Amino acid sequence: MSHMTDLPSWAAIVVCGLLLLGAAMTLIGSLGLLRLPSFYDRLHAPTIATSGGTILICLASMLCFAVLQSRWIFHEMLIIFFVTVTTPVTLMLLGQAALYRDRVEDRRDVPHKSKPASEPDAE
Amino acid sequence: MRAWFPYPLLLIALLVMWLLLNQSAAPGSIVVGVVLSTLLGWVTVKLQPTQSRLHRLRQIGSFSLVVAADIIRSNVAVAGTILRARRTPTNSGFMTVDVDLENENALALLACILTATPGTAWLEYDRRQKNLLLHVLDIENEDLWRRTVKRYAAGLKEVLK
Amino acid sequence: MIELAIVWSILLAQVMLALAMAFALYRIIKGPRAQDRILGLDTLYINAMLMLLAFGIRTANTIYFETALIIALIGFASSIAFAKFLMRGEVIE
Repeated sequence: MSHMTDLPSWAAIVVCGLLLLGAAMTLIGSLGLLRLPSFYDRLHAPTIATSGGTILICLASMLCFAVLQSRWIFHEMLIIFFVTVTTPVTLMLLGQAALYRDRVEDRRDVPHKSKPASEPDAE
Repeated sequence: MRAWFPYPLLLIALLVMWLLLNQSAAPGSIVVGVVLSTLLGWVTVKLQPTQSRLHRLRQIGSFSLVVAADIIRSNVAVAGTILRARRTPTNSGFMTVDVDLENENALALLACILTATPGTAWLEYDRRQKNLLLHVLDIENEDLWRRTVKRYAAGLKEVLK
Repeated sequence: MIELAIVWSILLAQVMLALAMAFALYRIIKGPRAQDRILGLDTLYINAMLMLLAFGIRTANTIYFETALIIALIGFASSIAFAKFLMRGEVIE
């Protein structure tokens, strides 16, 4: 913890605040994964962890090491970039896969449309 | 020259990224970086990206500010919904919006924006009927979401051509 | 005084992230269907990445940040592969 004592007190307070806020957002997102009733509701929960939690925690880390000037803050910038670009793609594909599976099984609570000829071996 | 280096900007960006990640500008890492970014440029040609140009830089700035503000607001709203989920059941549902976008890059950006907003999840886009199937967490404000999506689509249409 | 506050807030953040990982793990184990489990896995690796970032802030060691970057990339690839598998039953068409 030796490097942390070099931080001026305003920076330390801001870093701690951002870190705690980011962790709380992540916790709320995962709590949503636990609590929300259906799959399509739960699809919204991880975006809080990514868009809120990741950006806030990376900002805390960037501020900390930018003030200390002990290492490059390039990793955090890349993490923010990759996570914001990749998470929507994952969730979109996952939503499409769930919709496809539910349609194949003829679930009632899913919007239907004129289906293309579905593969007979699916499910 | 063009056949060897199809996307010069991508090549420079990848090379800079490689050097920054290695945190060295030694000749060895420069050589490896140039080789890697050239190879990745050829891979990108195989992917056949549709190229589109950015218009009106000032509008891009204001558009991304609006999107960031919407994402922050919706983050807070969804956090509230999750914390209240035990007492009041969530009121979620599917909705369709008519979106008229031809440009593939604009569609991809719209999908990324809508999925990154915690309240909305993109499920499917029908190219023939030009409508979009979304899942939203509070279906009560359906008109508000519809207007938001249309505003994004109009903004993207102006910025990307 | 400030040092104590920093130590405790990093510890508290790590406890919250560990709890978030536990919730995601519960969803992986419990999840009624395959897509729930994959969603839980996706959240689990993002939480693990944030946990590594918290360790990185604590120790100022670059290796934690590199690991976090690699987890972000590989987790993305694995989730995409799982989603494709659910959609078609095959990973590569």
